[in-house]
Amino acid sequence: MAVISRGFGGRRRRAEEDLPPGQYLTEDFPVLSAGPTPVVDTAEWEFVIQTETGARHRWSWDELQALPIEEITKDIHCVTRWSKLETTWRGVSLDTLFEQVETAYDYVLAHSYGGYTTNLPLEDLLDGKAWIAFEYDDSPLAPEHGGPARLLVPHLYFWKSAKWVHGLVMQTDDEPGFWEQNGYHLYGDPWLEQRYS
Amino acid sequence: MTTWRAATVASTARLTSTARSIVLDVPGWQGNLAGQHLDLRLTAEDGYQAVRSYSIASVGPGQLVELGVDKVVDGEVSPYLVDEVRAGDQLEIRGPLGGWFVWRPADVGPVQLVAGGSGIVPLAAMIRARRTSSSVAPFRLLYSARTPDDVLFAPELDNAGDVEITFAYTRRAPDGFARKPKRLDRTDLAELTLPPADDLTVFVCGPTGFVEAVADGLVSLGHDPARVKTERFGGA
Repeated sequence: MAVISRGFGGRRRRAEEDLPPGQYLTEDFPVLSAGPTPVVDTAEWEFVIQTETGARHRWSWDELQALPIEEITKDIHCVTRWSKLETTWRGVSLDTLFEQVETAYDYVLAHSYGGYTTNLPLEDLLDGKAWIAFEYDDSPLAPEHGGPARLLVPHLYFWKSAKWVHGLVMQTDDEPGFWEQNGYHLYGDPWLEQRYS
Repeated sequence: MTTWRAATVASTARLTSTARSIVLDVPGWQGNLAGQHLDLRLTAEDGYQAVRSYSIASVGPGQLVELGVDKVVDGEVSPYLVDEVRAGDQLEIRGPLGGWFVWRPADVGPVQLVAGGSGIVPLAAMIRARRTSSSVAPFRLLYSARTPDDVLFAPELDNAGDVEITFAYTRRAPDGFARKPKRLDRTDLAELTLPPADDLTVFVCGPTGFVEAVADGLVSLGHDPARVKTERFGGA
């Protein structure tokens, strides 16, 4: 039996059939972070993929910039219910970074400067689905949005797109990261509305 | 997955010219921690729905749940909640949600709260939780509001016992108020909040720009970023 809220609906936004369930469109770029915004200098910045053998594949800022850079246009969906359409980014595909990485593990824990973590299946980072992004809307990525570089995994809720990303550690199991330990869904598919655990 | 529950508006009360307290009667509500939020779903007669998240102002057991909602001018949900909804109306809620931006009565360390505007709501819940649990954890609140008329829960905050409360205003201060109206800056934070300490927890809640500025200021004063918990909100 549906619960009707008397008198509600007069100021509704335009229909958004392109959006995942429960999302609304925003023109802003709101911020979801659990704490202060870390300051990371690109001179010190590095990105590291660590595998089960202990191997550490490391890229400096300049080394990252020397890799093939892609232009990315994607819709993004935050668990706090805003969606933003056709956002534009520049970054390096995780496919490029994983070319040199040998691993038999199926899961990844992404680590950020500042201590944030989030977990993902490896297959969600490959085949053109994920990037290390360092430009947003033709400008260097702002610190509050994860600059100098963030993970960009637009097909999942945006908390999976770890800001201030520092590296990935290969995992045997899908160990929950920060928000996943604090009530959010382990996987986070916006189209299935996987918000909370 | 947490399920939706039907809720009935039990009562409403004006908090400021743009904000309202809404008390919901939620059969089956299991209580909540201070700082948690809930999802609120409204359904129009033709089936159109909208969902938003709101911080919970109340704590503890019982099935009455209080929200403090400030109106976003071009929003579609908050104007309905602030101006239209009345006792007896029905809506749906899901929660409580969130396990990070919470204070538990078992936490004995000192607490600094920093609120911007309606960001006071989850922090007021923490002050209530401290009172109802008879906690003696040292609490201090710095509350930045536009004017004295924009302070939510003002009578309650005036009677918050040994919680040390400092107001700051950005647009207009009361007559004789020493501090000129302006946004909180690093000097304010140094003078009006607890100094960095290993056992201190800081909760900052408000609009994104406010939280960014306050959190950055606290870190520059030497606070451990891991002990500064933030909750930012945009509009709608």
